[in-house]
Amino acid sequence: MSDLLLPPEHRYAKMIEQRQNEDGSELSILNLGPTHPATHGIFQNILLMDGERILDGEGTVGYIHRAFEKIAENRPFYQITPLTDRMNYCSAPINNMGWWMTLEKALDIEVPKRVQYMRVIIMELARIADHIICNSVLGVDTGALTGFLYVFQYREKIYEIYEEICGARLTTNMGRIGGFERDWSPAAFRKINEFLDEFPKIWGEFESLLTRNRIFMDRTIDVGPISAEKAMSYGFTGPNLRAAGIDYDIRVMKPYSSYEDFEFDVPVGKSGDTYDRFCVRNAEVWESLKIIRQAVDKMPEGPFHANVPDYYLPPKEEVYNNMEALIYHFKIVMGEVPVPKTEVYHAVEGGNGELGFYLITDGSRTPYRLHFRRPCFIYYQAFNDMVRGQMLSDAIATLSSLNVIAGELDA
Amino acid sequence: MSTSSDIKMVDTPEGIEGQGFFATKLDTVVGLARANSLWPLPFATSCCGIEFMATMASHYDVARFGSERMSFSPRQADMLLVMGTIAKKMAPILRQVYEQMSEPRWVIAVGACASSGGIFDTYSVLQGIDKVIPVDIYVPGCPPRPEQILDGIMRLQELVKSESVRRRSSPEYQELLASYNIS
Amino acid sequence: MALKTSVIQEKLESKFGDKVTGFTQVKDIFSFEVAPEANNEVMRFLKEDPALRFNFLTDVCGVHYPDEQPERQFAVVYHMHNWFDNIRIRFKCFLNGENPEIDTVTGLFLGANWQERETYDFYGIIFKGHPQLKRILNMDEMVSFPLRKEFPMEDGGRTDKDDRFFGRVTDNATQINQE
Repeated sequence: MSDLLLPPEHRYAKMIEQRQNEDGSELSILNLGPTHPATHGIFQNILLMDGERILDGEGTVGYIHRAFEKIAENRPFYQITPLTDRMNYCSAPINNMGWWMTLEKALDIEVPKRVQYMRVIIMELARIADHIICNSVLGVDTGALTGFLYVFQYREKIYEIYEEICGARLTTNMGRIGGFERDWSPAAFRKINEFLDEFPKIWGEFESLLTRNRIFMDRTIDVGPISAEKAMSYGFTGPNLRAAGIDYDIRVMKPYSSYEDFEFDVPVGKSGDTYDRFCVRNAEVWESLKIIRQAVDKMPEGPFHANVPDYYLPPKEEVYNNMEALIYHFKIVMGEVPVPKTEVYHAVEGGNGELGFYLITDGSRTPYRLHFRRPCFIYYQAFNDMVRGQMLSDAIATLSSLNVIAGELDA
Repeated sequence: MSTSSDIKMVDTPEGIEGQGFFATKLDTVVGLARANSLWPLPFATSCCGIEFMATMASHYDVARFGSERMSFSPRQADMLLVMGTIAKKMAPILRQVYEQMSEPRWVIAVGACASSGGIFDTYSVLQGIDKVIPVDIYVPGCPPRPEQILDGIMRLQELVKSESVRRRSSPEYQELLASYNIS
Repeated sequence: MALKTSVIQEKLESKFGDKVTGFTQVKDIFSFEVAPEANNEVMRFLKEDPALRFNFLTDVCGVHYPDEQPERQFAVVYHMHNWFDNIRIRFKCFLNGENPEIDTVTGLFLGANWQERETYDFYGIIFKGHPQLKRILNMDEMVSFPLRKEFPMEDGGRTDKDDRFFGRVTDNATQINQE
């Protein structure tokens, strides 16, 4: 397996040779990943270690590069959601909704208020699901499996809501151009209400398990900190940036899907360390619950999709009985729904930050170019800066709190 | 609290029973023991890994099937669960992990990507892990539900139960490994 | 909106003259073109000018336009965001198809590092002065630049999927049929 060793011309090889510690010890190289149990996803970090301390690190990514952008150039517009699903699979609906909104922006489609509220609900549920994973797994990495087992039970409830709405659990492929594929059933609303009633207690208990836990605090406070300036320069967005003290949130900066109708706070941290990231995510779950509650209470009546026959599949009974509907159905199913030549950039607040879609169309049936601004990819490059000089065990906690999703990282 | 009625025992295999003794084939006993204590090595790369997290968490609880201990070291694992897309860049690593496992070892390809490349028919994705390592069970789905993953594990248990102790030294098996260039 | 797009245009034009062109509003984002040799200066100006204050580099990506004239076959697209006035802009640098080269902006924004590497990986666009310009997502041994339009999405060497069973007929197969 000599080809898996560090090549002799690598800069670390020289550093090891040059550096001699006084006590005769040597620097060593530690390979963290790509299949390390603590990395939750596959990326490699070659760490130059002095004992337990990390002197430098070098990240390698791309172990799950699936060429989303290339596939997207070969798929009709409505077939992009299976890709966005699999990008950040912890919060697939946010990606789906982001893509539909991008497309609607390109096509100048106004969607009804009800659709916007439904989208808000589903996106906030996805955010909760995302933060549950990140925070509970951070607990696991610092030695507390209890929280993970406890809150995952309730993550299943979110999956049940997804299932009620679209039939799938994880990769939801939810939504259509202009709205949803079907109206939500009363059972879906019942399940959402149940979740809103039950979950706060669970999340409160989870918080009380960790937030003031001495061991957890010792393991996370001042671990993997990043300053606000540096975070900004590295292109941090989302909870990780907010933990560093900048209240940048696209839901507030440029409200999409009627976020301006809801009252919520943007939690910010102070020092940008692991503990702050944990706390910001925790607080965001509470805010998300608040938003969902408001959206459910204020849910307007109305159609569940915009009136855009060119892009929205007609109901089946009309397809069988109505010539016009049949034509639309055929055109849409065959992917012959050209989008006018334009360029749009649309960003939504994903689970990890600014999830952007940059779409260039040339009037044909597929995107000419679709670029995903994947927050993970952009902020993960700061990891080595964040762990430099820290202990190895701190690097694990830092990585975990960054919530790097391999699918999103590698596209 | 569990009562004695909650505890499910495996069925006694076929054999001869008498006063104070029970005789059966060694294969059966070994198979029984192996099947009910499969130590999984989760090789989770993407979406299916999240479903596996759900599978091993409280709601679905893979521990009920004797797979309590997640083994993150390939040296002490019996069952390699490959969950998620394997890119070409990842293929040598997967192979290395498989080579590090000691016999007997079984492989479950969980999800469409691991089984066939799934929706990612692209330049960068390996079109099914059976290109690089032999696979025992394929679990379809994108991603499969936890029930499906459990079903895959139970089917593997059936396979393990009925496997001959000598299978690993059979010429067919050697030939299979040789076809993958694994010694 | 505190900062007007006309102000951005005026400021850029007076500073850079004909190196900045094609100002237009596309949907909700103000966009323009920048001559490739000026990308760094323009970005620095956008970032550091007290009135413009585009403090955040949102995104860097490449685009391939094989049907354009040779000197406009590649584009590097930068999205920037001014958080104070909450305004986004986009600018493109068009590059030569034969020999696409542009200066790196890693000196201005650390986050550009991997995004430029990704663009190099996908399109083969060389970012001059980049601290570590090598492939990031694909294997180092790869020779093609997969997102260029001439490269196919599917792996040419695959043997597992027989096109005949997928309702697709390759050129090779048609030839055999005709014979």
